[in-house]
Amino acid sequence: MTQCQLCDKKATVHLTEIVEGQQIVKHLCQECAQNEGLAIQANAPISEMLGNLIDAQQEAQQGNEIRCPQCGLTWSDFRKQGLLGCPNDYIAFGKPLQILIERAQNNATKHSGQLPQHHKGNFGQQVRLLQLRQDLQTAVEAEDYEAAVKLRDEINKFTTSNT
Amino acid sequence: MNLSDHYKSVGPWLNGSGPESDIIVSSRVRLARNIAGFLFLSSASQSQKKEIFEYIQNQIQSTKLNDDIWMMNINELGEVEKQILTERHLISRQLADGNNESGAAITHDETLSLMINEEDHLRIQAMSSGLQLHETYKKIVEIDNILEEKLPFSFSPQYGYLTACPTNVGTGIRVSVMLHLPALKISEQMDKVLRSAKDLGLAVRGLYGEGSEPVGDFYQLSNQVTLGKCENKIIDELIELAINPMIEYERRARQKLLEKKSVVLDDKIHRACGILSNARMISSDETLYMLSYIRLGIYLGRIQHISLETTNKLLLLTQPAHLQFLCQKNLTPNQRDEYRAELIREHINTH
Repeated sequence: MTQCQLCDKKATVHLTEIVEGQQIVKHLCQECAQNEGLAIQANAPISEMLGNLIDAQQEAQQGNEIRCPQCGLTWSDFRKQGLLGCPNDYIAFGKPLQILIERAQNNATKHSGQLPQHHKGNFGQQVRLLQLRQDLQTAVEAEDYEAAVKLRDEINKFTTSNT
Repeated sequence: MNLSDHYKSVGPWLNGSGPESDIIVSSRVRLARNIAGFLFLSSASQSQKKEIFEYIQNQIQSTKLNDDIWMMNINELGEVEKQILTERHLISRQLADGNNESGAAITHDETLSLMINEEDHLRIQAMSSGLQLHETYKKIVEIDNILEEKLPFSFSPQYGYLTACPTNVGTGIRVSVMLHLPALKISEQMDKVLRSAKDLGLAVRGLYGEGSEPVGDFYQLSNQVTLGKCENKIIDELIELAINPMIEYERRARQKLLEKKSVVLDDKIHRACGILSNARMISSDETLYMLSYIRLGIYLGRIQHISLETTNKLLLLTQPAHLQFLCQKNLTPNQRDEYRAELIREHINTH
């Protein structure tokens, strides 16, 4: 029996890596391989495996949890409640969300249906308006009415010029 | 005229007209939309929800739709009325159970309803009788365009119309039909049908959509994929891949029952007549199962003394909230079963 290089258990994961011409062989048990990020749990349902993959990707991307700067929703909040917090989450949650959408939408990633007929604002402007409304909410909560009036004017200007 | 004047009769989606109405009871199309520049509802504060609600209400009222709608705030409705609207498919259970700052606009002919602050800021829904998905979609596009002149919808070039749940993103469209499949049930082929629908990536639910179990051989079939295909293709695929085959299977099963098991068939139909004409207490589930056989009997020409109109009317009026409305008082479940039986006898034995 080959022993795991990190503990005494039976090694079940055998990995041969070639790094700069040097061959490195690793023998690990399932648990240590998982801890090293080299193996995924055996017998896990496919959805869980994909979920793990998404989580791993997300962590690799950010080093920590993704949080939408507009609504404050984190990726794990979204996974718990199943609902997004604002349109900007579609940008903020990037790749992990795209993978999830592909899964739910039969591999589709791009809209090909009806387009809005009248509205002229682009997505960047929509996010800007969202930001202004969030700032207004903060100003009102902080009772900073001077800032609130200015923001309200700006929002009005924005909505009349874009619709 | 008030909306409650309608509660003693059926909505136009249940009037038994339209193509393939022996099997397709009704067609429904809904679009999910959110207003650009606002948070989705799960993240919005109470005051933001109020702002969204009032903004959408005002904008709807500034369109020509205003002449033809009842606008309602969910807080102002009593429990029975909320349930009546759910039974009439004018609002969803989620909206009825929800709390503040939500509501609906319903057209006087009950063919269109706009739900505000349900899961998304706006849900536009249109219904018609029989298989009329393309016609219903055409109508909803008109409404969507009228609203979009006033309401900037959240939209991204990549993902299309942005929705709170990514399962609705893109077109935001949910297309569904209510099917009546009693012969497939009698001939024990429903499991096969349900499996093939799921293999096609379609959802099969009960009468009241999400979260409801099929009762009385009535099933709701709808698309799941909303992204990557245009609206007409989604509708065409649903019709060609699922609805048309199901109509054909059900017709074939009906024919086979007539040819090979006409006694079994007649027994079920006439027992249903017997129960409905004589029962002194009956639950709403049993009523649906019995009316299902009556409906089948009418289309197969096995019974003449009960009309389709009466059957459709009873399908709706025997639901718990409608019953309480007709009786003008709150009823315990036992009293409801008693009153339901009485109402059915009245309709069946005198019409």
